[in-house]
Amino acid sequence: MGDARTPAASLQSFQRDFAAALFGSDDARAGCAAASQAGFDVYRNTIMVACVDALAASFPSVFQLVGEAWFRDAAALFVRGRPPTEGGMASYGEGFAEFLADFEPARELPYLPGVARLDRLWSEAHLAADGPVVGATALAALAPSALAVAVLVPHPSARWASFADLPVVTIWRRHREGLPLDGELPWVGESVLLARPAGEVRWQAMEPSGVAFLAACASGRSFADAVDAAEQAAPGCVDELGTWLPALLAAGAFTRIEGDSP
Amino acid sequence: MAPHRGAGAPALTAGLGLKAEHYGEALACRADGLWFEVHAENYMVDGGPRLAWLEAIRGEHALSLHGVSLSVAGAEPPDRSALDRLAALVRRFEPALVSEHLAWSRLGGSYLPDLLPFPRSDEALATVCANVARVQEAIGRPIAIENPSHYLTLDGHDWSEIDFLDEIARRTGCSLLLDINNVFVSARNLGTVAEDYLDAFPAARVSEVHLAGHRPDPRVGEALLIDSHDAPVAAEVWTLFERFTRRAGARPTLIERDAELPAFAELLGERDAAHARLVGDVALAA
Repeated sequence: MGDARTPAASLQSFQRDFAAALFGSDDARAGCAAASQAGFDVYRNTIMVACVDALAASFPSVFQLVGEAWFRDAAALFVRGRPPTEGGMASYGEGFAEFLADFEPARELPYLPGVARLDRLWSEAHLAADGPVVGATALAALAPSALAVAVLVPHPSARWASFADLPVVTIWRRHREGLPLDGELPWVGESVLLARPAGEVRWQAMEPSGVAFLAACASGRSFADAVDAAEQAAPGCVDELGTWLPALLAAGAFTRIEGDSP
Repeated sequence: MAPHRGAGAPALTAGLGLKAEHYGEALACRADGLWFEVHAENYMVDGGPRLAWLEAIRGEHALSLHGVSLSVAGAEPPDRSALDRLAALVRRFEPALVSEHLAWSRLGGSYLPDLLPFPRSDEALATVCANVARVQEAIGRPIAIENPSHYLTLDGHDWSEIDFLDEIARRTGCSLLLDINNVFVSARNLGTVAEDYLDAFPAARVSEVHLAGHRPDPRVGEALLIDSHDAPVAAEVWTLFERFTRRAGARPTLIERDAELPAFAELLGERDAAHARLVGDVALAA
């Protein structure tokens, strides 16, 4: 193409060199004339601190479990691999749980990625759209035949997770509820539902049946099919439907009923 | 310019950056001329408590949306979804003021959370003007563009910063946000004279003033000041503010504080000090 740069290319090339030097190696710094000035490190530091602080704010349970120094070191590595993509830093941190799962120094804390996932789900629930909540009376008003084919649509803020073999939910709740972290742990798998029907995010433990039911509802399956899915996940649970379904409704898990009218 | 001055409503004098820690006190505060500014990006969310708080506070106070990530000096156009979200915020909250920085922060799909510098070339001028026009088109109203803090001496400037800002305003119809702490910090860091900059700034284009605290770089010391927003406004910056206000008259003036957050009452005290200077100058000019 020769040296005939378009004007737009020169601003862009300045910015490319500058950005490469911000995160990069000595070679990248050599490609940016300004990077040798002391002031360049102000930008480097400000950007890294802003990213790491945003992660610390969004993953408070992870932060508390590993301590500030460990957290900041791990977060800085994550930032280099996955810088933010949008200005709203409250939503930064997608993929941090997966990063921790592959992070060698975190190997001896097998529950840490799960705790990070719950911190992330809390943020998602916190920032999600507002919406009405389906109460028990709305469901009770449906004829059994209408209920069977109706679809319960999960609330925009509803998030859920299951953890096999690890008491991730208990660890996370101890942090969030200000309880001591060093008490006896039930070393079993756990499930949780987070939702924000109004005001702040709330959470509660769930049985595997509830998780399977919610997942089936989220994929658009009818009430009857979702109950079948729950029964497959936890045989016998259909007999307890009168317990776990009202609990889901009370938690604000659903925002509307589709297909409940002709 | 008299932003958001409805019939019988008091003019905006001095405002405060709104922090989540102070939502309750901000909502209840009835100080004369008070308004609040938020970083627009913190409210570019789908729903939840922070939007509910902002709506409650907007019900009692005038609001300013201050963008930090639109990257109007970026070689790439502003992010479309961010523009859409900003437009939705403007529709919902009807802010008295909307502003962004003369800086870039986006490249290749990444967001670099800072206000980055660039050579003020003819090409950059055209790029910034096109981007400012895109923002104004998206939200349906003019914005104000803020002078940033400088930490580097760059080659390739075809324009002084003041002429560059004045030309952007002339071409796009935007106004200017004069950050007097940035003027002080930049003058110290670049070895220029803050008073000269302030006296040459096109006052008629200024729709808002920012005041904030700074601190020396921990390694370099007083020769490199950082626009840290984590300290009270410095005495020298108050003096510059008085100098500008004597020349230009009162403008809506914000006390910015983003870190080492003190009690709301302490921030309100700084705001009251700015308010007193603005009201005093207005009285003298009348």
